[in-house]
Amino acid sequence: MKHTLVALVENQPGVLQRVANLFSRRGFNIESLTVGHTETDRTSRMTIVIDGNKTQVEQVIKQLYKLIDVLRVSDVTDDRTVERELALIKVHSPSPATRIEIANLAEIFRGRLVDVATDAVIVEVTGDDEKVDTILGMLRPYGIKEMVRTGIISMVRGSQVTARSSDGRLPDAAG
Amino acid sequence: MQRLTGSQILCESLLKEGVDTIFGMPGGAIIPLYDTLFQYPFRHVLCRHEQGASHMADGYARITGKVGVCLGTSGPGATNLVTGIATAMMDSVPMVAITGQVPTYMIGKDAFQETDTTGITMPITKHNYLVMDVNDLARVIKEAFHIARTGRPGPVLIDIPKDVTTNTAVYEYPGRVHLPGFRPRMQGHTRQIRQAARLIESAKRPLIIAGHGVILSGAFSELRAFAEKTQVPVLTTLLGISAFPETHPLYLGWPGMHGMYYANMAISHTDCLIAIGMRMDDRVTGRLNAFAPHAQVIHIDIDPAELGKNVPAAVPIVGDAKHVLEALTDEVASGHHPDWMQTLAQWRIEHPSLALPEKPETMSSPWIVRELYHATEGKAVLVTDVGQAQMWAAQHYFFDRPNTHVTSGGLGPMGYALPAAIGVQIGKPEEEVWCVTGDGGFQMTLEELSILVEERLPVKIALFNNNFLGMVRQWQQLFFDKRYSGVKMWNPDFVKLGEAYSIPSMRVKDVDDVRRAIDWARDIDGPAMIEFVVEAEENVFPMVPPGASLQETIESAEDVAPKMQQVAVAAGSDAGGV
Repeated sequence: MKHTLVALVENQPGVLQRVANLFSRRGFNIESLTVGHTETDRTSRMTIVIDGNKTQVEQVIKQLYKLIDVLRVSDVTDDRTVERELALIKVHSPSPATRIEIANLAEIFRGRLVDVATDAVIVEVTGDDEKVDTILGMLRPYGIKEMVRTGIISMVRGSQVTARSSDGRLPDAAG
Repeated sequence: MQRLTGSQILCESLLKEGVDTIFGMPGGAIIPLYDTLFQYPFRHVLCRHEQGASHMADGYARITGKVGVCLGTSGPGATNLVTGIATAMMDSVPMVAITGQVPTYMIGKDAFQETDTTGITMPITKHNYLVMDVNDLARVIKEAFHIARTGRPGPVLIDIPKDVTTNTAVYEYPGRVHLPGFRPRMQGHTRQIRQAARLIESAKRPLIIAGHGVILSGAFSELRAFAEKTQVPVLTTLLGISAFPETHPLYLGWPGMHGMYYANMAISHTDCLIAIGMRMDDRVTGRLNAFAPHAQVIHIDIDPAELGKNVPAAVPIVGDAKHVLEALTDEVASGHHPDWMQTLAQWRIEHPSLALPEKPETMSSPWIVRELYHATEGKAVLVTDVGQAQMWAAQHYFFDRPNTHVTSGGLGPMGYALPAAIGVQIGKPEEEVWCVTGDGGFQMTLEELSILVEERLPVKIALFNNNFLGMVRQWQQLFFDKRYSGVKMWNPDFVKLGEAYSIPSMRVKDVDDVRRAIDWARDIDGPAMIEFVVEAEENVFPMVPPGASLQETIESAEDVAPKMQQVAVAAGSDAGGV
């Protein structure tokens, strides 16, 4: 089963490498990993999607806590969250007619064209990964020349703060 | 304000951390550091290979409980340290490894003796640092020592570019660390401890297995008090040996691949396994799905990631062994288990795994270890290598005094014993230290013999020479139809070799001379080496074949064929253990 983890980490050089190393060394499969700044300079935030059973995911969380630079880890899989991913899709578009078709399609998904050339357009779309997968399916018949996805970022709904919504798992779990 | 160079900051900070001994070797990138080191009151032990330095720091740390410090230059100096750092990581040994690095402006340019040391050591350190600014150095050293010794101990590496050692900064050693992501839990959870106590009280066949964590937390008297109050028999792991007196009536030996038959049976029949400061290593558990099949497991460890990693725990307790055992002993009621003790005693009588003849006809290694035990009255510290000699020493020497058995358990690096024994002797000059090794392992780090002379260390070396890589040969005999592939060794004249290093050395080929040789070595005021030319194809038994369960312990070579067939059937796809 897919799990979404949110990790707050110290903004130190090498922290991404430590996390990535841990996953490969322990044989955990990362489906997606994003990292970026948070509301404070000192910390970065990672959203990690992994595939595994409950015991495996618990082990991942405990191993993450052993990294000195990792401050907090939450499994938000069962929480009500907003999940978003951004995709840029360059689609083959040989004529003005197809360009209009693609623009209409994009609009249905609240996407838009962000670049236009004589025989190609770039579609920008945002959503959870299901939505991105769906528009990809719709665009595929036109011919996708290239595509890039950011990977999922996630935030718990409501007033509670994501990285503190963990099920009682406190940082004293650090080894 | 006073400005110091990076080298001075390092030396001042090491003094503040109570460091008195540094094991290392200089090189291009750390010449400025060595120039400063020369002016400070450290005992610097000049290894002959940096692997030696890392094992020395490891031995020193294990015996003293202090953080061991090793030092190497950039590039090859750092890569040579790697084996010892990985050893310390696997066995939770507190260590700070300091490496030189090429100057900051040359990093990434493939400079002479440049290597990505923090990259290489990331998976084998508890944490590591590349210090790019001399202003960070004091804080980093403070953090490194704190991380190395706090919680589950481990190695921390500090990589220091050459210009950082010569640049200057205002020096002020921080009074405390700020590490919000590192707050190990020492006290066990009260509710869990209560739950554990109730489980122990209701158990019919309870069993303790104590690991290295008991030694690391110094919980010797706490473990003893707990076992005596509850009257629960005690096993240790290999690394837990000497956590509990081995001649104590409640002591039952150690289980696992070369553990005692009755210890393996005890695990297979216990209804309540109390695992303390151990990590359910595969050498202990055998085939996992048949490990302790009737037991509810109470697992106490300071590292939460060990709880449930290999064996599910009915009651997991995160905490330091000393604290948890104290609380648990207070909470639990006294107990006694006469039927269970009777069963265990019966197994011991029927399968006396450690029985030896009064005197064998040939040079039998286990018997020689037992002679060493008698000659030293069990009072020596044994530092053992990896392989057959290691197993025989662990089996046939009985350790009553806390923390007197030093060996590498997790990584299993051949060549560990001699440099580790050097670190142990330096850490405890008053102890009688024996390095127990084989001809294979000894030749991996024998260059450190010089240190025994240079540093005047009275380490005694018991070299078991069977002209084989004995443990691999044993596997090839038992499981590969005796196809001896890459295990036969031509060896030098070890007596001449010892003498070339000015170390009194003696060869023993006859059983009648064993005791005399041991007495001879003990009488020498300084190092000595005995080469025991032992029976070439002697095997370590009992043995749990790779992929087998503890119930399938074999006690002789004749047992192998029928047992292995059962194992293959029972294990299915799980049989491919290492």
